[in-house]
Amino acid sequence: MTTPITEADLQAYTDGRLDAERRVAVEAWLAEHPDELERIAAYRRLAHEVRAAYDSMLDEPVPDRLMSVGRRRFMPAGIAAIVAWIALGAAIGAGTTWQLRGQRPLAQVPADSTLIARRAAVAHATYSPEVRHPVEVSADQEQHLVAWLSKRLGVQLRVPVLDEAGLSLVGGRLLPGESGPVAQFMYQSQNGRRLTLYVRTEASGNRETAFRYARENNVGVFYWIDRDCGYAIASGDLGKDELLRVANLVYKKLEP
Amino acid sequence: MDEAKRLVDLIPRLRRYARALVGDRASADDLVQDTLERAWSKLHLYRRGTDLRAWLFTVMHNVHVNRVRATRSTDVLQEEMPELAQNGSQADALLVRDLDRAIGQLPADQRAVLLLVTLEEMSYEEVARTLGIPIGTVMSRLSRAREKLRALMSGQAVPPAKLKVVK
Repeated sequence: MTTPITEADLQAYTDGRLDAERRVAVEAWLAEHPDELERIAAYRRLAHEVRAAYDSMLDEPVPDRLMSVGRRRFMPAGIAAIVAWIALGAAIGAGTTWQLRGQRPLAQVPADSTLIARRAAVAHATYSPEVRHPVEVSADQEQHLVAWLSKRLGVQLRVPVLDEAGLSLVGGRLLPGESGPVAQFMYQSQNGRRLTLYVRTEASGNRETAFRYARENNVGVFYWIDRDCGYAIASGDLGKDELLRVANLVYKKLEP
Repeated sequence: MDEAKRLVDLIPRLRRYARALVGDRASADDLVQDTLERAWSKLHLYRRGTDLRAWLFTVMHNVHVNRVRATRSTDVLQEEMPELAQNGSQADALLVRDLDRAIGQLPADQRAVLLLVTLEEMSYEEVARTLGIPIGTVMSRLSRAREKLRALMSGQAVPPAKLKVVK
């Protein structure tokens, strides 16, 4: 006489973890219980789908910030400190103070300014895949677009021309933000790569910050505050270096 | 230092598990980073010759439980971040989103068991050791998690958490 089939047997059968003898017994039992057979088949299908959904993470390069946790630990403290100082000096020397990768920038940054990066990334991820309605007002009505968004934000907006970066304006839209309306301008390259410029007003005024970089899911964001506006440019298509070049260009174009 | 190398090699697996566990990439990498920080600082507690992977996932489990506890009431900014579809596989992106949503609806302790069994393909003994629970509990959580996931993914109404009338 064989022991009765239990739920644990069925789970182990699903995972292929029964020995041959028990597996045969379970299969014989399932043959007489079609509902259970269907249930176990569904579990197997789901397991397959879950693996298929997340296995791509295994092939992705590990972000620097995670690798650097290990690297920091490998180095004796003194050397690590020297390396950090050299990196910092190099960054300042290069005239850019965007955050070194692998460090948490949050401590030095006003708490709400990372919010703009996330908001900009979410807005980018929401609208940039749109084929038919990427913008509310298209670039052929640029004057109207700028006047309308300037009025809603309460500041005179300017839309930078980014031709030299190979990007042309698609148009713009109005979005809700924490402290009032926000403008989003969308640009596109000839081969369809998209970048959005996210502009919001800054209550505290007259602040200036360096470029900062953040990555949310697959969207890279450079953001900064200049006088009464906060800016963020976001793209899922452009690499970090390219995005930084565009950030510099936008910054330059917006100078009065 | 052999463990250090092996630990680094396990990072992609930590990321995969974290991604499925917390539902989005940025939070997943935050969790992995905290896990690695903690693992490095506790590496002297790891006993050589025992299962490093199980040890590391235990660390991650503890970090995760603490983080969830700490952020539960203050987490206001976790709006849903749409994932950019990679290379046009829209159908896949939709499936991932549905799975994210369904897995996110599993109770945390069931979710951990399901993902360790499914993604990490751990044996039930390893799961029990990693999570510090009896093997019988592993089996019952696995069974419940699978049934709930099946119901969620087939669009059946899952008996909802009871709605409270708010006056």
